[in-house]
Amino acid sequence: MDLQFNLNGKPQRVECEPADTLAEVLRNTLNLNGTKVSCEVQVCGACTVLVDGLPVSACTYLAYEARDKKVITIEGLEQPDGTLHPLQQAFIDEFAFQCGYCTPGMIMSAKALLDENPKPTRDEIIHHMDGNICRCTGYVPIVAAIERAAEAIAKESKK
Amino acid sequence: MSAEKKTDFQVVNHSVPRRDGRVKVTGKAQYVADLKLIGMAYAKVLRSPYAHAKILSIDKSRAEAHPGVHCVVTGFDLDGINPYYGHAVKDHPLLAIDKVRYAGEPVAAVVAIDERTAFEALELIEVKYEELKAIFMPQEAAAKDAPLLHQRQFEAGALRGFEGEVTAGKGSNICQSHKIQWGDVDKAFKEAAAVIEGEYYFPMTYAYAMEPYVAIADVNDQDVTIYSSAQHPFMVRHDLKSVFNLPVSSVRLIVPFVGGGYGSKSYTKIEPLVAACSWKAKRPVKLQLTVEEAMLTTRSDDAFTWMRTAVDANGKIIARQAKIMMNTGAYAENSPLVVEKSTNRCVGPYAIANVLIENSSYYTNTVPASSYRGFGCAQVTLPGESQIDELAAKIGKDPYEFRLANAAKPGEEFFPGMRPFDGTLKQDLETAAKAVGWGKPLEKNHGRTVAVSGSDAGAYPLTSTAIRVHADGSVTIMTGSTELGQGSHTVLPQIAAEELGVPFEKVRVVSSDTAITPYDRSTGASRTTTLMGSAVLEASRDAIQQMVVMAADVLKVKPEQIQTVRGGVRYGEAQLSWSEVICKFYALPDGEVIGRAYIRKAGKFSALPVFWEAAATGCEISVDEETGKITMEKLATVGDVGLAINPALAEGQDLGAATMGMGIGLFEELVYEGSQLVNGSILDYRLPRFSDLPKQVELHLVQNQDGVGPYGAKGGGEASLNSMAANIANAVDRAVGVRIRQAPLTPERVWRALKQKK
Repeated sequence: MDLQFNLNGKPQRVECEPADTLAEVLRNTLNLNGTKVSCEVQVCGACTVLVDGLPVSACTYLAYEARDKKVITIEGLEQPDGTLHPLQQAFIDEFAFQCGYCTPGMIMSAKALLDENPKPTRDEIIHHMDGNICRCTGYVPIVAAIERAAEAIAKESKK
Repeated sequence: MSAEKKTDFQVVNHSVPRRDGRVKVTGKAQYVADLKLIGMAYAKVLRSPYAHAKILSIDKSRAEAHPGVHCVVTGFDLDGINPYYGHAVKDHPLLAIDKVRYAGEPVAAVVAIDERTAFEALELIEVKYEELKAIFMPQEAAAKDAPLLHQRQFEAGALRGFEGEVTAGKGSNICQSHKIQWGDVDKAFKEAAAVIEGEYYFPMTYAYAMEPYVAIADVNDQDVTIYSSAQHPFMVRHDLKSVFNLPVSSVRLIVPFVGGGYGSKSYTKIEPLVAACSWKAKRPVKLQLTVEEAMLTTRSDDAFTWMRTAVDANGKIIARQAKIMMNTGAYAENSPLVVEKSTNRCVGPYAIANVLIENSSYYTNTVPASSYRGFGCAQVTLPGESQIDELAAKIGKDPYEFRLANAAKPGEEFFPGMRPFDGTLKQDLETAAKAVGWGKPLEKNHGRTVAVSGSDAGAYPLTSTAIRVHADGSVTIMTGSTELGQGSHTVLPQIAAEELGVPFEKVRVVSSDTAITPYDRSTGASRTTTLMGSAVLEASRDAIQQMVVMAADVLKVKPEQIQTVRGGVRYGEAQLSWSEVICKFYALPDGEVIGRAYIRKAGKFSALPVFWEAAATGCEISVDEETGKITMEKLATVGDVGLAINPALAEGQDLGAATMGMGIGLFEELVYEGSQLVNGSILDYRLPRFSDLPKQVELHLVQNQDGVGPYGAKGGGEASLNSMAANIANAVDRAVGVRIRQAPLTPERVWRALKQKK
């Protein structure tokens, strides 16, 4: 069936099956492999993308549900000139990943948080991010990265 | 002690940003799951519902007739290849042959045009089984009337990682036995001033890499090419060459970024199966397991340990004795080495004059156990470090002071026949104790502890590398070390940049392609920085030596007259960068110099372990007496790493390891009910989450440059896992006065222990 949605700021039109998940369409049809699939039961957060600004698990979200909506994936965060999103930069600066498999989902979840709550407390970060699992880092540097990105975004908006 | 104590570092010992940072935060990093080959088909696996059964017949005709199915492969279809593999013991068929030995074992694989079609066809395969008596515990496996899991005699693998015999395949269910003994244990226990004795259980756990096992195989008449999430591509190559009876040069393993390993991706896993699928389907085949399937592929050995430890009247530990039964599951995998290591690691980093440790692992009808971060050490550090606290309490000593008094000292030959201790436990313990506020008043129901781990690193010294210095002065490192997240793509360039005097940004890494990168035994056992790091350092110096000879040729002088400077050479007034040396040598602005190094068990690497992996951890916990729930108030890690090539990465390894250890201490445990693994999914297997992170965390490194690695570096990243379960058990005892000898310390177990106490 025919599916149209806005992907990372550009209109997108693809053929898909009714049973296809958004992750399958992104990864298999559109070759956007940044969205990682791990648990496939909407628990680990690795496949998190934003649909109309809300974080969803692309592993179980039917592609058809995204029709006419705005989808943002990890590939949509970098500026055309190569400038990284403050969250991406902060994840590098704080060593907030090791293997990197959970990282796109972490960054997308964190973006959803900062878009809604630009100055989250540590507890708010922990609460919001509790559905994203990282097996490498022990989470401490990820919290630090989100705090750092929030500061960077606040500084940027004052300019 | 390392002869070299360089301190004026330009690149090394700095927390430079990760080399893989940009690709990983933009989603561009490629893992095997992201790869597609032209003409690729997809496989799905049918698994046994029974723990132990004869396979009477398999009817695959309906599945093979299903539209879109290329072929179905079973254990009956493997004539022409050697279907049994294993680096320690060749006991593992790539698909069940004649019988199944655990619920979840692969019985057949469907290869189809896509995953969904392959999945649909699984239901059309009809397998007839005859159930056999199954055993799930090592105690059952050791019983006289126990069914024998393996009837075949096995050949021992040449790459098992230790020099002793392999016990498996000799007419019992014992997979591996190992014993160490010195002094006179019986006499020492008779003369002891105090003794602690107890039985402990360390659970089956799952490493839970976020990326489940995945591999793509392309097998044709001449060659086998496999893309895999394997930690040790060269070890997997060895198994594949034997399965297909091919020369080494015809088997190619390629490993891109790996989405977490922690030991669970050590050695061969699904590669022989996917290769057999490709061989039968005559096209490239991808096999991507689900998390649930990954949990049916490997786990850690669980361990039942009886241990006793004795002190004399002066508070000196004089004896330790232990008997361990480990549960290795249906196939040996790396368990023989896990047994060797857990036996040794019972001694802890303590100088004990009388020791007797007897350890056996048993085959059972459960998921095969293998390596897990710190292999074998966490299993025995729970009893070991628990007994240190229990003994201290019994003789009225402070457990921290008691550890300080008994810990192995720098240079001490505390373990007969092994390398003298190369860490500084006193400093490690002092740092951990200070970080958690040792001696300060505690709130009610709070407990504070420190614990240590010092393990004989399983890092076997067999490593080679090539460093290519290009005509523009940039550098490519060819390394067999796999980037699992530990940071090898960052640390190795730091070492090359330091040695060659070139900017870090100009050093790139090509890794883990067995057809291209020189041999490296494995990426595990905390070995990469020490062994591959040493190889990179030596290869850089080899390249420099060659470029000195080239410069002499260019300048028409003798090599002895050439002086090396940072990033190049000097002769009198003339100064040439490496780029100028190479360009002038070839008389073209192109070409290269290849430095190489071979590391083997010789010279400074002749004594094993190549280093003692040492770390202290400290924690403060609180216990809710109503619910039994433990809260981590503080966590401190102290990595005794010799020299951190990249301190931020080294600290990150420690925190990651301690968090896994905390998970095992608090809630991680694979549970069998009868023949079935009942919590083999992320919904039921409880992993540490954001909300579990300790309220305060301090990460410390002790850097005395006392290792054999580059500039005195040693490995890290396992040791702070090992002591965490014991730390939590000890802290619970100090907080609420109950001694729990089993991990994890779930709220229910703590609550029950509290009720029993009342």
